[in-house]
Amino acid sequence: MIPQSWYVVLSALLFTIGVVGVLSRRNIFIILMSIELMLNAANINLAAFSHYLQSLTGQVFVIFVITVAAAEAAVALAIIILISRNRGTVYADDFNIMKG
Amino acid sequence: MMNKLIFMYFAVVILTSAILTITRRNPVHSILFMLLLFFHIAGVFVLLNAEFLAAVQLIVYAGAILILYLFVVMLLNVDRETSAARGHRFWPWMAVFGILLAVELVLLISRGSFPVAVDQPMLLAGTGVKELGIVLYQNYLAPFEIASVILLVGLVGAVMLAKKNVKE
Repeated sequence: MIPQSWYVVLSALLFTIGVVGVLSRRNIFIILMSIELMLNAANINLAAFSHYLQSLTGQVFVIFVITVAAAEAAVALAIIILISRNRGTVYADDFNIMKG
Repeated sequence: MMNKLIFMYFAVVILTSAILTITRRNPVHSILFMLLLFFHIAGVFVLLNAEFLAAVQLIVYAGAILILYLFVVMLLNVDRETSAARGHRFWPWMAVFGILLAVELVLLISRGSFPVAVDQPMLLAGTGVKELGIVLYQNYLAPFEIASVILLVGLVGAVMLAKKNVKE
């Protein structure tokens, strides 16, 4: 049967790919999708621990994570539309008007 | 053995499509690879005896969130993407950092031990969805209500942000 560490390794690698996507891409859509990748990695981890510990709490938390991801996607895409309407670009390094 | 083969297939497709998602030049291609990734994550959930989560993953992530991304990408102008640079100027450093982070995480996980290593189906009475509903509405009712408020805030906030100001 599948050892639990396989699921944890899969989720760690997926999370790492998400981190690299956030740090290295310029397009704001890809950055947001990388955040979704990281949330999915957390979901796999929660579901795996829920399965191996015989507890449904992890699955409940996956539902909450999906809820937060949906709300986050809606608000973030509205902000992107607003920024691209004002600045005319979708690249993150053209947005640095706050010099952050 | 069969389960391991199925898991390996899901894992390889998930990691490959994740890498393709963050490296494609065209955001529409990225979103389509992301769709493939979400389908295979739903498969992993089925392997973990979480059928309801697999359905929610397909309906909410693949059906709602990703379509929202696709609509916004198609509404905005992405023609310039073919000529502009994909990553900013530090991207090789970030890639090296990611490889180091991945190696470190895999080493840590492979040297650690997990308390439960047996793989067995959930010891529950009835179907998993019914048990999940009971847990969700009895033990986690307050977080559930807060999640609904978060969704309401997201809905109102998105409309308020994206609407044009008609007075000006």
